Amino acid sequence: MYVAVKGGERAIDNAHAWLAEERRGDPDLPLMTVDQIKAQMALAVNRVMAEGSLYDPDLAALAIRQARGDLIEAVFLIRAYRTTLPRLGASVPVDTGAMAVDRRVSATFKDLPGGQVLGPTFDYTHRLLDFADQAAVDPAPLAVPDTGPVPHVMAILDRDGLIEPSPRDDTPAPDLTREPLELPANRPLRLQALARADEGFVLGLAYSTQRGYGRTHAFVGELRIGRVPVQMHIPELDMTIDIGEIELTECETVNQFKGSRTEPAQFTRGYGLVMGQSERKAIAVSLVDRALRWQELGEDFTGAPAQDQEFVLSHCDNIQATGFLEHIKLPHYVDFQAELELVRRLRTDSAKDAQ
Amino acid sequence: MSEYNFAYLDEQTKRMIRRAILKALAIPGYQVPFASREMPMPYGWGTGGVQLTAACLTPDDRLKVIDQGADDTTNAVSIRKFFQRTAGVTVTTATTDATLIQTRHRIPETPLTQGQILVYQVPIPEPLRFLEPRETETRKMHELEEYGLMHVKLYEDIARHGQIATSYAYPVKVEGRYVMDPSPIPKFDNPKLSDSPAIQLFGAGREQRIYALPPHTHVVSLDFDDHPFRATKADHACDLCGADASYLDEVVTDDAGGRMFVCSDTDFCTARVAAGHKGRLAAEAA
Repeated sequence: MYVAVKGGERAIDNAHAWLAEERRGDPDLPLMTVDQIKAQMALAVNRVMAEGSLYDPDLAALAIRQARGDLIEAVFLIRAYRTTLPRLGASVPVDTGAMAVDRRVSATFKDLPGGQVLGPTFDYTHRLLDFADQAAVDPAPLAVPDTGPVPHVMAILDRDGLIEPSPRDDTPAPDLTREPLELPANRPLRLQALARADEGFVLGLAYSTQRGYGRTHAFVGELRIGRVPVQMHIPELDMTIDIGEIELTECETVNQFKGSRTEPAQFTRGYGLVMGQSERKAIAVSLVDRALRWQELGEDFTGAPAQDQEFVLSHCDNIQATGFLEHIKLPHYVDFQAELELVRRLRTDSAKDAQ
Repeated sequence: MSEYNFAYLDEQTKRMIRRAILKALAIPGYQVPFASREMPMPYGWGTGGVQLTAACLTPDDRLKVIDQGADDTTNAVSIRKFFQRTAGVTVTTATTDATLIQTRHRIPETPLTQGQILVYQVPIPEPLRFLEPRETETRKMHELEEYGLMHVKLYEDIARHGQIATSYAYPVKVEGRYVMDPSPIPKFDNPKLSDSPAIQLFGAGREQRIYALPPHTHVVSLDFDDHPFRATKADHACDLCGADASYLDEVVTDDAGGRMFVCSDTDFCTARVAAGHKGRLAAEAA
């Protein structure tokens, strides 16, 4: 017997209560603290900050706990919170050349000013699970080396005219979070979208360029991770002050050269800048950035997805993507009823025609 | 952050949305880009509609929220709760009492009146999207009033199926100019779009678009002279209230082919039952 589907409100309340119980897990185990997540799940925290577009490790850690470790859900919590924040002003551009680097490697020069600094990398670890108690042993503290100035590798190439020039441009960048995305998008806007894009999506696109879908022959000229001060200009005082420090990952790629009989050959640039320690993402962004620049560099559009800015920019945001994907589980009785009625009518008509 | 601004959004954001609404009302059927905000519910759950509602609500409003025509579907409950919490407005399920109605997939059966606002949640605002995936192209097509592709699509339907095989989100032309997606309402509801005394606003959050039909706008469902548009519904009367001209949900009652049909508009149906109307299964269901 049909009972009108009432009680949506009670069902929702019960679902939330169950969710809270599942989130907490076994109450005999201690609740994870936000500080523990921030300290020991730092790369997850970094990803949530980058894709949430909000540099706040405490909130990101809180969001990860609240989201039961679902990082896209955590990103969503951060984005929804971020919307409510007032915009007080814009910082002056950060100077990544003055970064206090924890890691800095170049794949193009064996040694260079500032040196190769491996930093805290997984690169040469053997991926063997630490079954024993190794993970519980506190490592001995290391002295932090002072690297001295670490100039950008690109500047070294630039001095010899070997890489396309990238002159300083003080035109304010458009703000993706304050203006609707308009296509075609300029490079600052594309880089902004890629910086907050889903890591998996950008990784897949970048990988596709390496396998021939919009190939750009990239070398990692430089990858650096470290902290930079964030500064604001205070017009009333006419001075610039430090308001904090953020961790960034920057990747610059050296790519296939362009040139002609009249113009000498030069390498071209790909660029990726991501909040936090997130080198997979930064490398991927720089490859996709380079692939998207086909037009200005006079290359052919080969139909590769990574070259197609409308395709890339319209689909790279995981909060948009997951929302639209998952919304198909919401009620669609009305539309489905309309389709049912249509299909039944078409079947009746074709049965009549067959007679 | 325990206190939110009235109706959640800050005043600057509301002003930005109101500007987009005014532009949309001035150019009926034209999709106005707006800087859609991330809302605390997912894209696809009605963030466009929620932003429109937030921008239009005043403390004196009486809000009704429906999904699939019903006030008690889970997402309607959730959105209504959101505005109760963040705006403290009076809520109602009665179409005639409401000053603002947010809807997903239906237009209420009870005719709307002057002074009411109907806010639609829109997933894909672009009626040409599935004919041409590129926004840069479809905007150009609207600019040039280049709608041939849509007519070819409808013609191909007729060639293949003997009739236009679009049953919901059926495209319309607004005041002889813009082709518009009416959101995924069943085509049964299309005639209600035209000449309505209420303001109709359409919001697509993820796609960052707002469009509108001001009161008494002429809206025509696309068709051909020899294949005129027909608003169709299941060929039954409501089993609860006996209404024979309301849009119906089909409910599976057993695993042996048993079906019953009930009004999708729960307010309309409840009011009819209260007024003494009876459908085929009214006694049983009561």
